[in-house]
Amino acid sequence: MSEFVLLRHRDIPEIKELKGYQKQGGFEAFKKAVTKLDPNQVTEIIKTSGLRGRGGAGFPTGLKWSFMDPDNWPHYVIANADESEPGTFKDREIIEENPLQFLEGVAICSYAVGAQTAYIYLRGEFWQLAEFLDRKINQLEKASLLGENLFGTDYSLTIHTHLGAGAYICGEETALLESLEGKRGLPRLRPPFPPSYGLYGKPTVVNNVETLTNVPLILEHGAAWYRDLGTEDSAGVKIFSLSGRVKKPGNYELPFGSTFRELIYEHGGGILNDAKLKAILPAGASSAILRASDKVLDTPLEYASLRKLGSDLGSGSVIVIDETVSMDWVIKKTIDFFKHESCGKCTPCREGNYWMGYLTQELQSGVIKDDQVELLYDIARNIQGKCLCALGEFSVMGVLTSIKRFPEDFGREPK
Amino acid sequence: MSDLLSKYTKEIQKILDKYPPERKRSAVMPLLFLAQRNEGYIREGALSEIGEILDLQETEVATLVGFYTLFHDQQAGSYRIQICTDLCCALRGSEEFLTGLCEALEIKPGETTRDGLVTIEEVKCLAACDKAPMYQVQGEAGISYHENCTVEGTLELISEWREVTPDQEELK
Ligand SMILES: Cc1cc2nc3c(=O)[nH]c(=O)nc-3n(C[C@H](O)[C@H](O)[C@H](O)COP(=O)(O)O)c2cc1C
Ligand code: SF4
Ligand code: FES
Repeated sequence: MSEFVLLRHRDIPEIKELKGYQKQGGFEAFKKAVTKLDPNQVTEIIKTSGLRGRGGAGFPTGLKWSFMDPDNWPHYVIANADESEPGTFKDREIIEENPLQFLEGVAICSYAVGAQTAYIYLRGEFWQLAEFLDRKINQLEKASLLGENLFGTDYSLTIHTHLGAGAYICGEETALLESLEGKRGLPRLRPPFPPSYGLYGKPTVVNNVETLTNVPLILEHGAAWYRDLGTEDSAGVKIFSLSGRVKKPGNYELPFGSTFRELIYEHGGGILNDAKLKAILPAGASSAILRASDKVLDTPLEYASLRKLGSDLGSGSVIVIDETVSMDWVIKKTIDFFKHESCGKCTPCREGNYWMGYLTQELQSGVIKDDQVELLYDIARNIQGKCLCALGEFSVMGVLTSIKRFPEDFGREPK
Repeated sequence: MSDLLSKYTKEIQKILDKYPPERKRSAVMPLLFLAQRNEGYIREGALSEIGEILDLQETEVATLVGFYTLFHDQQAGSYRIQICTDLCCALRGSEEFLTGLCEALEIKPGETTRDGLVTIEEVKCLAACDKAPMYQVQGEAGISYHENCTVEGTLELISEWREVTPDQEELK
């Protein structure tokens, strides 16, 4: 058996092809589900496994599936392959190298919630990946692993790919739904949540690619096996996308409970030019930024522990900053991003990011004035809690935590 | 019958088949990609053609072109080199790469080379942060990724394109 749950192609490259995947027991879990298990039983197994969403919010996956409105049909499943958070590049590797395990996850989820149509929403830049997935789906249909009356039952399933066209906001699940309906990707007011009012107003499960890719192996090896891989708080394994000033950036699949120290120094080979580690963004550009310390480095990577540190695990996109980089430059970069990606629907996010952009730019161009920093902090505070979707909240995280935790980079007395 | 429909009858039917018949509006983005395929940008006339196929107002189609960054309503170089200069890539030399490439081509970011072949653009994260400097090329063949890039390698790639693409200036 592979030492991996998700990145199994790293020691079984042939898993990319249907023959190779089936040799590893591929599509047996889907067959077992459809022929031997009741949809609710599948959902129960996923609930018991402790699997939580890997798209950022960490919501319990089985629980989400159980929220699907049983009185409104048809049901839909959407795999979120929008992957646009700066620092995140794990779903892309899964789809490129272990596509069939992902597709089997989509299929099992669809069966569990009674969906006969599933869409995979990919960011438009993944154009080649969408074509690749289309070919895989076609193969599965030819092998009668997708399509009508699967395994001699009355269950049928079709999977389609759908390309976005360059908008980070479309990763937010309700903006994604709008986009898939052929509109601009503007988030919807929630509630109602997608399991009661989703695509075309029908009950819909939206799950991240990595989340779904766990599902076949949980069915194969059991919920207890999966729980045991992680910690009490966070079950299973997680792919961490490691980037920034490290020697060996890349994706690393680790059990929950591993530490930043293991990730950055053992797997990532340490800091470029052996410089000193300064800061960690654990969740991409949306992170509450951590000041490096022994305490931070030895914190177990799990949802609860990171929250206790004053940050979040998010989608596991760890960006490493070393001593050669100033934090005012870092937040100029993150604000550039959010200013560009704000959908413009609500004023605090749209205008606030414009002004934060202006001020972070000013800070770059000479002597830092304390009243500018104060104003920047004040604007960020005033965006918080006033936005329709989480993008607005994400945009201020880096600003507030940088000014607070790295005052010396903003012309202030160190703590 | 519209240009688009006569040229891509089969493709369009395949796209429409993905969505419930009463929800064919969902096909609008795939159709915009199709309309952009040949010329690298979306002609104004294509908007009304798509509107006709999907029972949408032309303005409804146009707002999508404005909202999504991969759709273009202006002609640019035959190849758009879109370099990621977002946080993670900038931490690994992508801004220096951008400057170097622009200097070699004697253009600024956002501009097109005189022969109309290449436009250089800066873009946000492309989910390849561990392989900076990197860019995607948006051109006739869709979108392709190029990772761990150098200025020299990119100039070579450009001269390969130059050999197979007629000079835009001479065509005029
Ligand atoms: C601005 C924004 C961008 C997001 N981008 C993504 C994304 O690219 N991929 C993703 O899976 N989830 C993304 N999410 C989270 C989704 O809204 C949603 O929570 C997730 O797809 C649910 O799947 P999960 O429970 O499996 O994580 C984003 C959220 C926000 C607010
Ligand atoms: S918070 Fe920003 S991205 Fe979210 S809906 Fe409001 S304007 Fe759009
Ligand atoms: S920051 Fe450049 S690809 Fe992610």
